[in-house]
Amino acid sequence: MEFQILGIGILTWIVFLPIVGMLIVLLIPNENKNAMRWTAAGATGLQLLLAVILLGLFDRTALGINDPGSFQFVEQFDWIIVEAVPWVGKIEILYFLGIDGLSVLMVLLTALISVIGVISSWSIEKMVKGYFALYLLLVTGMMGVFVALDFFLFFIFWEVMLLPMYFLIGIWGGPRREYAAIKFFIYTFVGGVLMLLVMLGLYFSVAYTNGAGEQVHTFNLLHMMNSANFVEGSIFYGVDTTWRYIAWVALFISFAIKVPLFPFHTWLPDAHVEAPTPISVILAGVLLKLGTYGMLRIMYPILPDGTVYFMYLMAALGMISIIYGALCAMAQDDFKKLIAYSSISHMGIVMLGMASLTNQGTVGAVLQMFNHGTITAMLFLIVGVLYDRTHKRGLYDFGGIANQMPKYTGIAMVAMFAALGLPGLSGFVSELFSFLGAFDSFRVITIISVTGIIFTAAYILWTIQRVFLGELGEEHKSLTDLTAREMLMFVPLMLIVIFLGVYPGPAIELMNASLSHLVEFVNITGR
Amino acid sequence: MAEHIIESIYRFLPEIALTVTLVAAIVADLVLKERNRNVSWVVLAGLGVTAVLVAGQSGWNVSIFSDMVAVDPFAVFFKAVLLAAGLLIVLFSMKSRELEHNSTRIGEYYMLITGVIFGMFLMVGATNLLLMYLAFELTSISSYVLAGFTKSLRKSAEASMKYIIFGAVSSGFLIYGISLLVGVTGAIDIYGVRDALQAGVEQTAALYVAVVMIIVGFSYKITVVPFHFWAPDVYEGAPVTITAFLATASKVAGFAMMIRFFRVSFMDSGALATHGFDGLAATLPWSMILAVLAAITMLAANLMALWQENIKRLLAYSSIAHAGFILMGLALATDEGISAMMIYLAIYLFMNLGAFYVVMLVANQLGTEAIADYQGLGHRSPFLGVSMAIFLVALAGFPPTAGFIAKVYIFGATISAGMIWLVAIAGLATVVSLFYYIRVVRNMFLVEPLESQGPVTFDSASILIMVLLLIPVLLLGVYFSPIVAWAKNAVTMFGT
Repeated sequence: MEFQILGIGILTWIVFLPIVGMLIVLLIPNENKNAMRWTAAGATGLQLLLAVILLGLFDRTALGINDPGSFQFVEQFDWIIVEAVPWVGKIEILYFLGIDGLSVLMVLLTALISVIGVISSWSIEKMVKGYFALYLLLVTGMMGVFVALDFFLFFIFWEVMLLPMYFLIGIWGGPRREYAAIKFFIYTFVGGVLMLLVMLGLYFSVAYTNGAGEQVHTFNLLHMMNSANFVEGSIFYGVDTTWRYIAWVALFISFAIKVPLFPFHTWLPDAHVEAPTPISVILAGVLLKLGTYGMLRIMYPILPDGTVYFMYLMAALGMISIIYGALCAMAQDDFKKLIAYSSISHMGIVMLGMASLTNQGTVGAVLQMFNHGTITAMLFLIVGVLYDRTHKRGLYDFGGIANQMPKYTGIAMVAMFAALGLPGLSGFVSELFSFLGAFDSFRVITIISVTGIIFTAAYILWTIQRVFLGELGEEHKSLTDLTAREMLMFVPLMLIVIFLGVYPGPAIELMNASLSHLVEFVNITGR
Repeated sequence: MAEHIIESIYRFLPEIALTVTLVAAIVADLVLKERNRNVSWVVLAGLGVTAVLVAGQSGWNVSIFSDMVAVDPFAVFFKAVLLAAGLLIVLFSMKSRELEHNSTRIGEYYMLITGVIFGMFLMVGATNLLLMYLAFELTSISSYVLAGFTKSLRKSAEASMKYIIFGAVSSGFLIYGISLLVGVTGAIDIYGVRDALQAGVEQTAALYVAVVMIIVGFSYKITVVPFHFWAPDVYEGAPVTITAFLATASKVAGFAMMIRFFRVSFMDSGALATHGFDGLAATLPWSMILAVLAAITMLAANLMALWQENIKRLLAYSSIAHAGFILMGLALATDEGISAMMIYLAIYLFMNLGAFYVVMLVANQLGTEAIADYQGLGHRSPFLGVSMAIFLVALAGFPPTAGFIAKVYIFGATISAGMIWLVAIAGLATVVSLFYYIRVVRNMFLVEPLESQGPVTFDSASILIMVLLLIPVLLLGVYFSPIVAWAKNAVTMFGT
C-alpha cells in the first residue's frame, strides 16, 4: 500500500516530523517558551494524526514479518551502495521502512505517548529550548526503531535515542540524576555494542544474489530471515551451531537490558525515580517496549533455532521478573519506585507470553506491550500530578486524597485496577492471553508466575489504601483537583484502557495475522 | 618500473611544491619581520597549491626515482588526509593565543610545519627502506622542535626533551630492524624484500628479530602500548596545535608507512607460508604480534584514560586507544582490514582535530586545560558545548556520527577475518571509553556554571573553523559511500 504526502511516504513523515519540529524549536528565540511548547505539541500532534490515518488504512490480513510483499506503507531506497571490488562484494545499506501487524500498534502507542509527554512537559521551565529539542530527537529515534526494516537503520535509530535520554534524565532529573543518567547510558550502551557485533556478523554471513547476478551483502532484515541466504562457511551459517547460540545470547542481552528483564533491570528504578515525569512516561510507555519488539522483530525470525532452544530460559527470566518485580514493588515506600518495579513485573508477563511460541501467548504479549504502555504512562502521570503539587512522593506522606481530589482519584483508580488486572479493563485481557498461551508451553513456570498477580493485587490495593483512603493530612487540605491540561493527558489514555478492556477485538485483529505467521515461522524453522 | 628522472620529477610535483613553500616561508619570515604572523598565509597558499597538485595525481599508479617512491591511490589518499590536517592545523595556529606569546619565532613555526608535512608525504609514498627511514627522521626531528616551541615553558621544554629521547630510541629500533632485514634478504626496497621472502630466507632467527624490531620502531610512532610512554607527557606539554598535529597527522603517516611495509613485504608473500624451510619459519607471527599489541593498547589506554584530570592527557590516552582500534585492521592481514584502517584514519583525523580545537579555544578564553574547569561550559557557550559533545560522542563511536562508521568498518573487517576474540575485546574497550568521554560531556552540561562564570563567546572566524570540522564528522556519519569507495579502490590498486 502506498500513501504519500508531497511525494514523501507517510512513514518518513511520521519518523521525521519531530526532527522538523526540533529544528524549528532551535530557531525560536530563547524567551519565547510557549512557542517552543506549541511547536513540540504540533509536531507530535501531527504525528499522532498520521498514525491514526495509518491505522485506518491498515490491512489486517497482510502477513508481514519475513514476507517483503505484504509489508505496508513500504519505502525502500538505496542509501549506501559501494560497488564490488575483487576482494569484497557489493555493499548495500537500505533506507527501508514498512509496518506490519507487529509494529502498527507500537507506532500508534509511540505517537500517542509522545503527545501526552509534551502536554505533561508544559510545566517544565528550565532550559525549555534544549528540553524540547532533545525530546523531539528522542521521539524520532523511538518511532524509527518501530518502522525500520534494515538492521543498520534500526541500529542507528536505536542508538540515537541514547544521548537525548541521557541528557533529559541528567539535566532535568531529580537529585541523583547524574548517577541515574550514567547508569542508564552505560547499560544500554553495553547492549548496543553487543547488538552491533551481532549485526556485523550477520551482515558478513548473509548475501543474496541480485538481478544482475552479483553477490550482495546486505543489512536488509528480511533477507537475514531467509536461511537460504546464509553463505556457506560463514560464521552464522547452519542451524543450532554454537556461534548462532552465542549470537542469540548477545542479542537477547542487548534487548533484555531495554525490557528490562531480571537480572539486567537495575538501571530502571534509578532512571525512573530521577527522571522528570514526562520522561518517565516515555521511558515506561515506549522505551521498554523496544526491547521486546526487537526480540520479536529481529531475534525471533533471524535466529529461530536459538529462540526455540532458549525458550525455557526466556520463560524462566520472565517468571523471575514477574515475581521479583512485584515483591520489590511491595517493599517500596516511594510511589514512583513502586511503579518502576511494577513495570518490571508487567514486562515479565510480556516475556513469558512471547517465550511460549504460541499464537495466543504472542498476541497476549504484544497486546500487553500496548496496554502496559498506556496504563503505566497513566500511573507515572498520576505520581507526577501529586509531585507537582506537593514535591513529595512517599507513599506514607499522603492519605485521604480521595475526598480532596475526586476526579484525580477516579482516574487513578481506573489505572491502578487496570494494572492489577481487573476484568473489564485492558490489562486483564492481555495478561490472560499471555498466561493462557504460556500454560500450553510451560505448565510449572506459568503456575508459579500467576502467583505474581497476588502480589500485584497486594501492592496496588495497599497503595490505594495509603494514598487515597484514610485521613487527609492538614497540609493537603489545599490541594486542587486536576486542571484542564491534566485532564487532557489522562482522558484519552483512560478511554483506551476501558475500551480495550471491554472490546479488545479490534486490537487483536490488527496483529493476529502477522503474529500467527511469526509463530508458525519460528516453530517450523527453529525445530 | 624505473622511470626517467624527468618523468619522475613531474610525478613528484606536490612534494616540490611543499619544498618551495618551505623556502618561501623562510624568505617571508625574513621580509615581513614584525608582521611575521602573516607567514601563515604563505603556508596556506602553498598547501593549497599542493592540494591541487595532489588532486591531479588521482588514478596514478607508478613508481618513481627507481623504485624509491610510489605514487599510487593509496599514497594519494593519505596525502589528501595529511593536507587536510596540515591546512586545519595552520588555521588553528592562526587562532592560538598560546603561540602569540612567541610571536618573534612564529615564522619558523610555520616553516617547520611545512617540513613535517613534506616528511609525511615521503612517509606515505616511500618504498625504499632507507628513504622510509629518512622520511621517518625528517618528520620526527621537525616534530621535536615543534613540541618544544614554547620553550620558555618548563612543560614544553620537558615534552620536547622526552620526545627526543624516546624518538631516538624508536629510530634506533627501526634502523636496526631495517639493517637486519636488508642483511637477511639482500634487498633495499620493499619489493625486493618481498621477492627474497618468497624465494626463501635462511637466517630465520635474524628475520624474526628484524620483524620484531621494526614493529617496535613503528609502535613508538603510532603510540602502541607498551611503547606509548612518551605520548601523554609530550601531548600535555606541547602547544595544543602541535599536540593535535602529533595525535592525528603524525599517527596517520606512521600508519600509512607501516601498512605499505607490511602489505607489500609480508602479505603478498603469502605470509611466508610458502618458503618451505623448517616448521619454525613456516609462519612468521607478525600479524599475531600486532593483534596482541592492538588488544593490549585498546584495553590499557582506555583504562588509563579514566583517571585523567587534564583534557590534553585525556585526549592523549584516547588517541592511544584509537591507535589500538586502528591497528586491528593491520593485524588481520586482509585488504578489507586495510581499507577499514584508511576509513578509520580519515574520520579519526576530523573528530580528533575537532576535539583539540575546542580544547584550544577553551585554553584561549579561559586559560585552562583541567577537565574540572569545563564545568557548565555547555551552558556558558552552547555552540562550543554541543560541538565538543559531538566530537566526543563521535570518538566514542556513536551513530549517526562518522566515528560510528569508522568503528563499523574496523569491527566488520575483524569479524569477517574471523578474529572474534579481538573484536570482543574491542567491544569491551569501546564501552570503557564511553566513561571518560561522557565525563567531559557531563561536566559541560550536567553541572551548572558558577554565578561568577558568565557566557563565553567567540569570533565568527573561530566558529567557521568549527563548522568546517563539524561537517565531515556529521556528514560522513550518514553518507559515507564516497570515502568507503575511495579507500577500497585505493587498496585494490595498491602499487606493487
